[in-house]
Amino acid sequence: MAIAIALAIIAVASVLFHFWSPWQATPLASNWSAIDLTLTITLLVTGFFFVAITGFMAYAVYRFRHHAGNRAHYEPENKKLEWWLIGLTSIGIAAMLAPGLVVYDKFVHVPEDAYELEVVGQQWLWRYRFPGADGVLGTADVRHINSDNPLGINPDDPNGQDDILIESNDVHLPIDRAVKFLLRSRDVLHDFYVPHFRAKMDMVPGLVSYFWATPTRLGTFEILCAELCGVGHYNMRGNVIVDTEADFNDWLQQQPTFAQTLARKSSGGLVEQGRQLAQGNGCLACHSVDGSRGLAPTWLDLFGKTETIKDGSQVIVDAAYLKESIVAPAASIVQGYPPVMVAYNFSPEQLDALVAYIQSLRSDVPPASHPDQAGASSDRSPPAAESTDTSKTSTAAASAAADPVAEGRAIATAQGCLACHSLDGSRGVGPSWKGLYGATETLSDGSQVTVDTAYLKESITHPNAKVVEGYAAIMPAYALSDAQLEALIAFTRSLGEATQ
Amino acid sequence: MAYAEDAEHQALHEPRSYWTRYIWSQDHKVIAIQYSLTAIVAGLVALVLSALMRMQIGFPGSLEFVDAEAYYQFMTMHGMIMVIYLLTALFLGGFGNYLIPLMVGARDMVFPYVNMLSYWTYLLSVIILLASFFVPGGPTGAGWTLYPPQAISQGTPGTDWGIVLMLVSLLVFIVAATMGGLNYVTTVLQARTHGMTLLRMPLTVWGIFSATILALLAFPALFVSGIMMLFDKVLGTSFFMPAMISMGQQLDHEGGSPILFQHLFWFFGHPEVYIVALPAFGLVSDIISVHARKNIFGYRMMVWAIIAIAVLSFVVWAHHMYVSGMNPYFGFFFATSTLIIAVPTALKVYNWVLTLWRGDVHLTVPMLFALAFILTFVTGGLTGLFLGNVIVDIPLSDTYFVVAHFHMVMGVAPILVVFGAIYHWYPKITGRMLNDTIGKLHFWITFIGTYLIYFPMHYLGFLGMPRRYYDYEGIAFIPQSAHDLNAFITVMALTVGLAQLLFVFNMFYSAFKGRPAEANPWHATSLEWLTPQTPPAHGNWGPSLPVVHRWAYDYSVPGWEQDYVPQTEPLRPGETEHTGIASDSSPLDSTDSSIAEGKP
Amino acid sequence: MSTATPRPAPELNPFDRPPLASRSAAAESASIGKTGLRFLLAVVTSLFMLLIVAMLIRSQYADWESLTEPWQPLAHPWSLWVNSALLLLASVALQWARSAARRQDQAAMVNRLALGGVLSCGFVAGQLWVWQLLHGQGFGVAGNPANSFFYLLTGLHGLHIVGGLLAWAKVLLAARYLNTAQLAARVELCATYWHYLLGVWLVLFALLTSSPQTFRSFASLCGF
Repeated sequence: MAIAIALAIIAVASVLFHFWSPWQATPLASNWSAIDLTLTITLLVTGFFFVAITGFMAYAVYRFRHHAGNRAHYEPENKKLEWWLIGLTSIGIAAMLAPGLVVYDKFVHVPEDAYELEVVGQQWLWRYRFPGADGVLGTADVRHINSDNPLGINPDDPNGQDDILIESNDVHLPIDRAVKFLLRSRDVLHDFYVPHFRAKMDMVPGLVSYFWATPTRLGTFEILCAELCGVGHYNMRGNVIVDTEADFNDWLQQQPTFAQTLARKSSGGLVEQGRQLAQGNGCLACHSVDGSRGLAPTWLDLFGKTETIKDGSQVIVDAAYLKESIVAPAASIVQGYPPVMVAYNFSPEQLDALVAYIQSLRSDVPPASHPDQAGASSDRSPPAAESTDTSKTSTAAASAAADPVAEGRAIATAQGCLACHSLDGSRGVGPSWKGLYGATETLSDGSQVTVDTAYLKESITHPNAKVVEGYAAIMPAYALSDAQLEALIAFTRSLGEATQ
Repeated sequence: MAYAEDAEHQALHEPRSYWTRYIWSQDHKVIAIQYSLTAIVAGLVALVLSALMRMQIGFPGSLEFVDAEAYYQFMTMHGMIMVIYLLTALFLGGFGNYLIPLMVGARDMVFPYVNMLSYWTYLLSVIILLASFFVPGGPTGAGWTLYPPQAISQGTPGTDWGIVLMLVSLLVFIVAATMGGLNYVTTVLQARTHGMTLLRMPLTVWGIFSATILALLAFPALFVSGIMMLFDKVLGTSFFMPAMISMGQQLDHEGGSPILFQHLFWFFGHPEVYIVALPAFGLVSDIISVHARKNIFGYRMMVWAIIAIAVLSFVVWAHHMYVSGMNPYFGFFFATSTLIIAVPTALKVYNWVLTLWRGDVHLTVPMLFALAFILTFVTGGLTGLFLGNVIVDIPLSDTYFVVAHFHMVMGVAPILVVFGAIYHWYPKITGRMLNDTIGKLHFWITFIGTYLIYFPMHYLGFLGMPRRYYDYEGIAFIPQSAHDLNAFITVMALTVGLAQLLFVFNMFYSAFKGRPAEANPWHATSLEWLTPQTPPAHGNWGPSLPVVHRWAYDYSVPGWEQDYVPQTEPLRPGETEHTGIASDSSPLDSTDSSIAEGKP
Repeated sequence: MSTATPRPAPELNPFDRPPLASRSAAAESASIGKTGLRFLLAVVTSLFMLLIVAMLIRSQYADWESLTEPWQPLAHPWSLWVNSALLLLASVALQWARSAARRQDQAAMVNRLALGGVLSCGFVAGQLWVWQLLHGQGFGVAGNPANSFFYLLTGLHGLHIVGGLLAWAKVLLAARYLNTAQLAARVELCATYWHYLLGVWLVLFALLTSSPQTFRSFASLCGF
């Protein structure tokens, strides 16, 4: 008896809940009202069946509940009734499916005149690219990715030179213009999801997926990642700012093209290119350039030296040996070092540049462009300023160079630090930066440490050496120049210092 | 039947010692209990994990040790344990093992040794899985779908040991499930007793039988994807791993296809839904029929619906991948096939509720669970139509709507059947009745609680709240009221979680202190209630096998004084069998081994 | 049962077929074995089908370097022909044992069964040797997806043979305790399993040694 009442109440309450629920879809901001319509149709059809079945069940239980002396009616089956029910169900199904497929057909056919926007996901941030004046996006491939070219645009493709890069989680779009979102990923699966647009699609490394939508409302709409992409998934967020056509064009004008970003970055000679490659590929995480012993041999004075290989033989470090060691590291490993280096696929030119850079690292010749010579953030030698450019967002280069805090913020955004470290004191994957500087933290081994410049630098270059208690040791090592480190620390300090 | 003679003379070594009787037992009933208890223990671990997750969602930051890494690890382990190690193992290894030989009138499974091996292999897989909590880096946090590249690349918890143990455990589990599965299907086809034609079998056997065939054919897809991912992880191959940047480094992989993994995974994953659902359909059909004192309405349609669902379940897998970046034109086909599968499924629901109509509905605890199952299954099934229709899925996929949907249809609904079935068959398994009062309390909290958890959760999905988020702070479109709702859901979830202690208590308490049960307390017709001993002894049937003369649903037959006629009761002169199908004309009954030899 | 009406002695109902009194216990258990084996082979089929489909899909990506190009190791796979011949002979030996089984010739059954197993051991050793050859030529498992699939498919097939050999060893060791009918049933199962794995191997062999063009056309046939 109670169950019959409970079932009836559930049927009625569910319907009432639907109308009274404050949790409904976000206000639509795109052309996809048809999607909302198909959702409504589905709700109507399924709602009808839900109420009918639950109501019938409640009534049957109430009406035919056991009383002493009752006996069930004997009826093995009723073919006619069953076929009627199958027919009715099929009609309901068709009523949902047919409009759904019609709208889906629209969804997969992108209008001819759609404006293209490429979205590139990486753990755990977004970047964007608009086709430049020629209206064509240059080809791109993960293999081209380095710190100068985070989107992996083919540097030899003329179509790519004028592409406009947005190195920020926020992107602007013009109102009332169909946009084809071309989706790529640098690493794992992501999903570009703007709730107000209704549409979403996974981003898969190795291919370009797409969907289209026309923004129909001015305003700022949140972008979320909707495919689990690792521990920082929930922090992979951004914004679409829908502007008027004029505002959008103004904004777009201010964004750098691919050629501009490259020119800024590779103005140095072969040695400078090599330095940037080394930095961008993380070589310096293991190979020091100041003679100190790391996980791998130092590069200082390496060129021309005689090394002993694992099997006991001797080798003179020349260009050929260096190149072999980069493309096939396991072949001849210097005694005393673990065979941990992965093979790198550099082009011959890149190998030349790396070798030239290694060759330039001589303790007897103070190099003009040695990144570690850049010193404190106030001491801005030209290469250091350049190296900060390599990881710059849309912030203008000049203002960044003048303001270490802004520069630090730009680095933090571009490197994805903020996916894990919050700026407002909230708990993320890593400790918040707010009020971090000067604080005393307990490490995972129980010891205490005061967060000062030295600790922060170490934590960036060797993150897992001293992990704060309660946080996972998952941060990758970042090979930043001293100037960049100083800028980051300046930025951290600007977020408030703990008073001792 | 000759098999039986064979069994009597050779295979059925009466267990002599405690060890061979209860530990290294080859008796299907003991193995079933071993399977069930192991699965329930694993399920309780997963339940605790879900409570910890809910604490983080409802009251962010309230538990210091649930950081993002732990959250994703708990989420992954919760999902995997519940789907594979609890539900699959419990329905096939537990109920399948216990009920198939009893319901078809066999003395045991046809390969008792392989059956025992299956359990121990399953236990090994559970141990390997749970071991990942204790290895460096902890268990994998890749989500139960284990999508590469993220599952094996840096930035995901447990990419060193956790994922390897997970994959190895799955491979071991598949071996166990295959050994068990071969037993179940062969037993159904070859060891039915005299007169037990296929169309006289209870729907429980039909459900488990079809689910087992699905498992046998679908688990290889998981095996293939698991072993290929293991190669990618351990040997550095590029089956699924594309060229990518991980933590600033180009990885050595190139060219692999993450979408290929998803196709393989869901080619297993969708049938897996029915591997869980079909046994539940079968069990619930029998519970409803017994407690409504009425035959299951439209038995033959029910059998065909099970078969249709089983076949169709192999052509709908990509409805899990509408927004995966696969060729978008696949969406047309898979939306259509998915919605078609709703027709036989709906028919099953109709026949359950029509069974109640003009019945004599006894509102016993098993029946309450069965009725609650119908409601939750209807809710979960109907929301499935949202997600199966490709265009409606696009705004809803990867939101809480999906979480609510699959928990309703694949979590709550089958678990309600599990409870109902345990309350129903417990008297036969232990010889004692479960305590009714505790049972009713357990039912009401579980039923109302889970509905209050999952029904409102759909609306978080309509709102657009993405799933698998550790923290929702700072998302502007999510109003405070949604966070309040999450807190409410968490409170309900903890309540329901705690209520399961009632069930655990009842199981153990009643096993010792429960009211002794009669052999056939529910006055049911099917063979398992007609064993000479309760609980059934080794060999199940004493000296001679039962002989079957009618289907399993002769309730309230006109002309019979009592309202049930056991399957072993011969037809009276002039009485016709009401399935209306003679075994000779049945296309389903082509094997002649359904014939038993009668008394020796 | 207390409430049930007294049960009359079981009598045949018109829906039952008469019991096959002539069927012996051994025949019954052989038919159980056959059913079990058929389902096992269905599982094996599903496994290899899925692997083959995965391989066809994967082969259409740019980085696939077929092992059958003229300069690649499988252009002239004479070693695989040798192994195929061994497996074929094993299958023939088992068929021969099966014919002995039909003649109820226990000694011949055992000898031929043993011969089939030994030949299969030769096949497994031969496959390992091919692995060694390939590996020696620098074709590691991770070098190229074509290599990876080669090792994976041959490896899994080899494991199935090894699994069969375990059953084979068990039968041989137990042979003298079994009566002719029991042994014949086991020989029958072994033969079926071996023929099937021979078939699987021939399909794999054909696939692994076919040209990229063949892959292309298969793949387009499947719609990739």
